[in-house]
Amino acid sequence: MRSLIPILIVVAGASASERVLTNTIQKSKAQISTRAAGLAAWTQVYSVLTHPRCINCHTATDHPDQGDDRHRHAFNVVRGPDGKGVPGLNCVTCHQSANSDAGVPGAPGWHLAPLSMRWQDLNGQIFSSAQVCKSLTDRSKNGNLDGPDLLKHNNEAALVLWAFHPGHFPSGNAFSQPPLTHEEFVTATRIWVEAGTPCPGTATAAKNVRP
Amino acid sequence: MPTYNVTVNGQHKEVTVDPGTPLLWVLREELKMTGTKYGCGVAACGACTVHLAGIAARSCVVPISLVGSRPIVTIEGTIRDPVGRIVQDAWISEDVVQCGYCQSGQIMAAIALLKSNPNPTDTNIEQSMGGNICRCGTYVRIRQAIKAAAQQLRPRGSR
Amino acid sequence: MREIDSQSPAFNRRRFLQITAAAAGGVLVSLYLHLPAGAQTDNQTASTAFPPDAFVNVRPNGQIVIQVNRLEFGQGVSTSLPMILADEMDADWSQVVSELAPAADAYKDPLYQLQMTGGSISLPHSFQQYRKLGATVRAMLVATASERWGVRPEHCRAANSVVYGPLNQSARYAELATDAAQRPRPDKVRLKNPSEFRLIGKRVRRLDSRLKCNGSQRFGIDMDLPGMMTALVARPPIFGGHVKTIDDKNARSIPGVVDIFEIPLVRGKNWSSGSGIAIVADRFWTAKQARDRLNVEWDLSGIEHPDSSMLLGRYKELASTVGNVAVSRGDQSAIERIPVAERIVAEYEFPYLAHAPMEPLNTTIRFDGNRAEAWVPSQFQTMDQSAIAEVLGVKPDQVTFHTEYAGGGFGRRITLDSHVQREAAAIAKRMQGIPVKLIWTREDDVEGGYYRPMFVHRVEVGVGPDAMPAAWKHVIVGQSWIIKTGPPWETALVKDGVDSLAIEGAADTPYFIPNFHVSVHHPEVNVPVSQWRSVGCTHNCFVMETLIDELATRAKIDPIDYRLRLLPQNANKRRGTLTLLRQESTSWRHDLARNHAVGIAANEYHETDVACAVDVSIENNRPRIHRATVAVHMGLVVNPLTVESQFQGGLVFGLTQLMAKGAITLKDGLVQQQNFHNFVPPYMSDAPVAIDVHIVPSSEAPTACGECPVPVICPAVANALFKLTGKRYRTLPLTAL
Repeated sequence: MRSLIPILIVVAGASASERVLTNTIQKSKAQISTRAAGLAAWTQVYSVLTHPRCINCHTATDHPDQGDDRHRHAFNVVRGPDGKGVPGLNCVTCHQSANSDAGVPGAPGWHLAPLSMRWQDLNGQIFSSAQVCKSLTDRSKNGNLDGPDLLKHNNEAALVLWAFHPGHFPSGNAFSQPPLTHEEFVTATRIWVEAGTPCPGTATAAKNVRP
Repeated sequence: MPTYNVTVNGQHKEVTVDPGTPLLWVLREELKMTGTKYGCGVAACGACTVHLAGIAARSCVVPISLVGSRPIVTIEGTIRDPVGRIVQDAWISEDVVQCGYCQSGQIMAAIALLKSNPNPTDTNIEQSMGGNICRCGTYVRIRQAIKAAAQQLRPRGSR
Repeated sequence: MREIDSQSPAFNRRRFLQITAAAAGGVLVSLYLHLPAGAQTDNQTASTAFPPDAFVNVRPNGQIVIQVNRLEFGQGVSTSLPMILADEMDADWSQVVSELAPAADAYKDPLYQLQMTGGSISLPHSFQQYRKLGATVRAMLVATASERWGVRPEHCRAANSVVYGPLNQSARYAELATDAAQRPRPDKVRLKNPSEFRLIGKRVRRLDSRLKCNGSQRFGIDMDLPGMMTALVARPPIFGGHVKTIDDKNARSIPGVVDIFEIPLVRGKNWSSGSGIAIVADRFWTAKQARDRLNVEWDLSGIEHPDSSMLLGRYKELASTVGNVAVSRGDQSAIERIPVAERIVAEYEFPYLAHAPMEPLNTTIRFDGNRAEAWVPSQFQTMDQSAIAEVLGVKPDQVTFHTEYAGGGFGRRITLDSHVQREAAAIAKRMQGIPVKLIWTREDDVEGGYYRPMFVHRVEVGVGPDAMPAAWKHVIVGQSWIIKTGPPWETALVKDGVDSLAIEGAADTPYFIPNFHVSVHHPEVNVPVSQWRSVGCTHNCFVMETLIDELATRAKIDPIDYRLRLLPQNANKRRGTLTLLRQESTSWRHDLARNHAVGIAANEYHETDVACAVDVSIENNRPRIHRATVAVHMGLVVNPLTVESQFQGGLVFGLTQLMAKGAITLKDGLVQQQNFHNFVPPYMSDAPVAIDVHIVPSSEAPTACGECPVPVICPAVANALFKLTGKRYRTLPLTAL
């Protein structure tokens, strides 16, 4: 699950030009993933995005979900006009900038992903890998992020970081975490981005490769 | 134990407490301001609602270490605010309260709603107030009072 | 119209019970005393047991301070009782201030001779009392003024705290009060004719609103005294457990922790007492941190580990056998002669319920070794005071007991064992000289027992050829918290092994049902239980009113008509509420939106009759209640605004029973719920959007108010849901439609 497909180039000989070639090839090896590697990495990214810690806020409804069973969030909280709840009951009314000892998860700027970034339908049916990938790479929906921006988001965004240190229930039992560590998630994202953010089911390379 | 400087209802206060102490207990026990109530301790009931930098916050889950310089307004401070005054008067004229224990939190939520939207619909009211518990069941009268307050907030001559 | 048969000798709701309170030294108490009808002019004997100066203080500045002999916990009694007194006193209402009386003989309930708030007795029992008090004070003030002016008292009149003489003399009550207080109390005083009431019967706003709206109302939990410490108690995870070993090193290391020690946990006659660990600290948060770091090993041996699914199995088994007979009317074998196809067999399940008042339980006590002072939001002052005194080893009159405003109660703040007060007293005794406030956290409250008990019902109804019930065999299974407690409560409430609190609402049904048989089993279970607002009616009304509805549906008769047909000729109250309900709900019942349905239910609780209609649809797989209309007969109404609020609020409280997570369950001895995230009460969207309340005009003596709305809402909603889903709901809470 966590292994990446390595690219091996066997080089024979050690002349100067050969050394330059070796370096170039190794650099290319380091910088460029193949489409296959990218798709494999995407599968891992998808496994995180569709974990409850992430998908509970990427809903299609007018409310967040909660719990590993992804039930409707308690206390009747709603999305509101900007995904930040409503006056008197904003997300940040309860969710502070850090996890609470009382069992309320927290991270700076707690809010719902916009409806354009929903990864499930109104009945809670999670979108396929192809659908989520398409949605994530659609700049008209994703907040105009390109590949490197997506990598930066997955690397640095507060709510993403939160998912990997989500806190605990009022009982003290820890909330479950995504199947990868944050570091593994970022690595997989990088490989996917460097491969041109390929999506399953599409023949051509994705549009978001920086020259 | 560190010392924190906070602004409560416009006044500067200094408290020396454990960093993890919820703002609720700092207000109630350090500052002796018991208008903000303890109902559950897990942000489920809203009895502890205050305003932090103008936004409703459930003080039972806000550790003092995260308050920073954000001004705190509690139920005791709302009487000096025009919207707060109107809401309290509406609560009284509509005879909302029964035991009254949840009402500090209800009023703080209602003030947040009306400051943001002085003309809320039934849906707006239910969404904004929908996370506050009242065991006495005063919800119907809370709705009435918010509408009465909205009426008072409407500019003269308009409907 | 059917004639009702003679009441069964085994149970008579309106019996006049004479009992003795052994501990209180042979005091005569009567329960369910039928009050004299009519609130007319009468020459009433002024009571010497209730000295006016214990109830009314007229201050020099004109303020009139009235003592309320009850707990104010939302029901509005701190406004309605003063209204009664102020009206007869002809006092200026704008000058009236009400206070909650401390524990004292003068403030005992006139009938029960105990200072308490429960059973919705406050107005029924104190109505005449407060009238007499007001009239007595007025008489003394008028006598004083008339003497000064050399005129006859009959030639004076009084209004708004002023006495007026025949020649335009006037004197304010404040000027007269000191002299008036010296006068002997009159033997007889004249009460007003209801037509003279100026406050009684009017919609008067509450006196306690402003303080409750600006954060300055003090509740028990807000107590603060110089040098006060706060205490929490670590209690065993299973009721009745004991401390085995304790490691408090980490707890004690927290700055501000003052002491940690074991205390007994008293749990009444029906459950094992155990022990717990008290943590005393300078602040709540310190105490909580310390308790979280406490390592206690509990001895959980030798006690039952109750489990909801095992209890359910046990209860269902019991329900299939006849228990102690509560009512036996007619022919017991009649049901067997009715064809099986004409019988309805229904089994109902009701879970334990927490009350969960918004203000968590608390008690503050300061003990100096000889005298104590206690501040308690108490529904049971006399008994709580006694319990504190007992633990401290002093006499009750050595405990000054203040009644604090309470954030709700619903029955949770009155327990026969005064267990909260006993915990606090044990701590205060150890911390002698230091005032200590004991707080139960919300988790302590949800997990802490004294619930509305779990109940199972099994009912077999035989339907007659006229579509009316021809036979009714009903078995009720549920704990009693009164059995084994001795006088006065057991003597008054339990007869032939039947706790009347478990059968009210069913056994005393006003409907005429021939061949009516109700019996009850009271299993012993290691879960402390108590009375939940409207007590037996919480489950009995649900059973009765959903079954009656089922019969009406079978008969293809309108549910209100069917109920009217079932009533005997003299059931005027029920007839009145159903008729008023029909009248007030006609406009919307016949104009229902698509996918909406109406549900009806009615109930009588302590002589107050209530009928309710709801307009329900289904949204997001839950009932959405658009409107509720309620009709109530409760005799003369002191404050219609209070009644409206109580009924609006009580319907919502009753909905706790329908909430998907409105249940307390136990598994292997452990309560499964901890806080409002898993014991979820009704929020605004669960409540009816609109509730209109209509009162049947009556000049009869006031009857119960506060608990009366609770029983009707759940059966009304369940009956509406049947129309939408075709399903009968017999298991609460309502987890799925």
